[in-house]
Amino acid sequence: MTGDNVYDALTADHDGTDARWAFGTGFTDALAGVDTAVPDGVDGRDLGRYCEMLGDDALVLAQRLAQWCTSAPELEEEVALANIALDLLGQARLLLARAGQADGTGRDEDAFAYRRGPEGFRNVRLVEEPNGDFARSTARLLVAATWRLAVFTRLADSADPVLAAVAAKGTAELAYHRDYAAAWTVRLGDGTAYSRDRMAAGLAEVWPATAELFTAHPVERRLAACGAAVDPADVRDEVTGVLRTVLEAATLAVPDPPPPAAPAGRDGGHTPHLAPLLEELQRVARAHPDATW
Amino acid sequence: MTTPTDRAAPPGAATDATGTAEADEARLQARFDALVADERRVEPRDWMPDGYRRTLVRQIAQHAHSEIIGMQPEGDWIASAPSLRRKAILLAKVQDEAGHGLYLYAAAETLGVDRADLTERLVTGRQKYSSIFNYPTLTFADVGVIGWLVDGAAICNQVPLCRSSYGPYARAMVRICKEESFHQRQGYELLLRMMAGTGAQRAMVQDAVDRWWWPSLMMFGPPDAESPNTARSMAWRIKRDTNDALRQRFVDMTVPQAEKLGVTLPDPELRWNPERGHHDFGEPDWAEFRRVLAGDGPRNAERIARRRAAHEDGAWVRAAAAAHAAKHPGGRP
Repeated sequence: MTGDNVYDALTADHDGTDARWAFGTGFTDALAGVDTAVPDGVDGRDLGRYCEMLGDDALVLAQRLAQWCTSAPELEEEVALANIALDLLGQARLLLARAGQADGTGRDEDAFAYRRGPEGFRNVRLVEEPNGDFARSTARLLVAATWRLAVFTRLADSADPVLAAVAAKGTAELAYHRDYAAAWTVRLGDGTAYSRDRMAAGLAEVWPATAELFTAHPVERRLAACGAAVDPADVRDEVTGVLRTVLEAATLAVPDPPPPAAPAGRDGGHTPHLAPLLEELQRVARAHPDATW
Repeated sequence: MTTPTDRAAPPGAATDATGTAEADEARLQARFDALVADERRVEPRDWMPDGYRRTLVRQIAQHAHSEIIGMQPEGDWIASAPSLRRKAILLAKVQDEAGHGLYLYAAAETLGVDRADLTERLVTGRQKYSSIFNYPTLTFADVGVIGWLVDGAAICNQVPLCRSSYGPYARAMVRICKEESFHQRQGYELLLRMMAGTGAQRAMVQDAVDRWWWPSLMMFGPPDAESPNTARSMAWRIKRDTNDALRQRFVDMTVPQAEKLGVTLPDPELRWNPERGHHDFGEPDWAEFRRVLAGDGPRNAERIARRRAAHEDGAWVRAAAAAHAAKHPGGRP
């Protein structure tokens, strides 16, 4: 290595260890070879709407997790939370692109992310609420990842080959997210007296928003009937079972399930917290509508 | 590679007579000097002069702090990145910087310091970080210009460190430089895209170049004549090039990139000098450099305050993890 030109120097072999540094260069296209036509018997508009729901859950939670950036309690958590946010952002991009394909509008991922108002977002309310402290964020991530993993595991057999491919790729990611949140729930619950209080409080704050997670929206129900979607009522037992196991390991009481609520978020009914989140997400794109980035 | 006989004498082998201790010290020093002169690597268990160890701790810690503080100016734009692709790229880049901080703190720890102590020194202002991160990021074009110029300058500084005499530092730098080159290219690619966009976007890019050019040149440190530690660091092969040589290399590399991009570098004295075979360029405002270094830059207080708040707000979380680990030795939660 001469060092005369740093770019040449960068490509030099460093003790034969180069293979280890090539992270991020081996991306595979999750949709390579997948038939993107909407399958017979599946309503394209319903499928588009369902992809929006799952895509918006991921996009909004990614936006919340990214707010931890530079504020996490430890550098390892900076890396982990950014990693989880990136996974979810990747899922959101695939799902929103699929939404525009399936619903016939041809909208791309950015049209969905940047050109809808809060009433157009289809995410559950759980993901839009503010982060709170690390315990509350952990509780939210635990619930969200457990629910999503249960859904994606089933969705890997979806009648829509695109959803099936996205779900198959996402399950490994979500298993890590759930594991990460579960590990911190246990550390905080079974850590110090103070962390235990915080974890219990975080869980209590997040808990009411779980009410709408298991109520099917008509779109979910119709698509579940034709094998394209998962009826969220079908994952209730698995999700509550996993949460009970984690909370018991954390020596925390398992809260009673809240009375089921209508899936308001799926119909664009949101808490006051979503509008400012979207305002921040969309402000540069909206200020330069003709720009290319 | 070092052989076992090159290693420091074990602690129990301390000699009882001062004269012998001095002779041992001289012998160890001679061995160290030969190792370095031979372009071999010094490893954590090797004997090394105190000054070498101190210099490395200071340099590696400052570098680690720079990575962590450097997350802030760009991290501010993750939430508002104007496309999901840009959001993903930027988030991944800022995540890399946290990772770089981790490797570097780990490299520093091989010298007998610990991360918590170094973090304490950062948040109490006893250790510095690169002054470049005390400038604000005003528009999204700054994300591109930081990648192109700031990461470009960092690469110029850091690629030679892959051959640094201290093994753990050199190895950390290999990985960091590979990722930095990715960062530099994403920045340049964003700027190319913006320059092909609207007039407002082109104006944003030029404005960002105007603001970041001189601070980028300052990243190489003061002129050689005012850099008293350079000669010693070069003799130890911790550093491989002088500040001015690296600055010149950066300017020579960047000028053709600026031409291709279609931006003007804000230096009326910048021109090719065929006799030297290099570009001539103007003098950065060294008074500003010293002012920002001394703490009076546009964002110094804010950067440290945010790092301190994250550290203090997270104390209960770290305490919980430690308490849990103590309750469950050897087991994961």
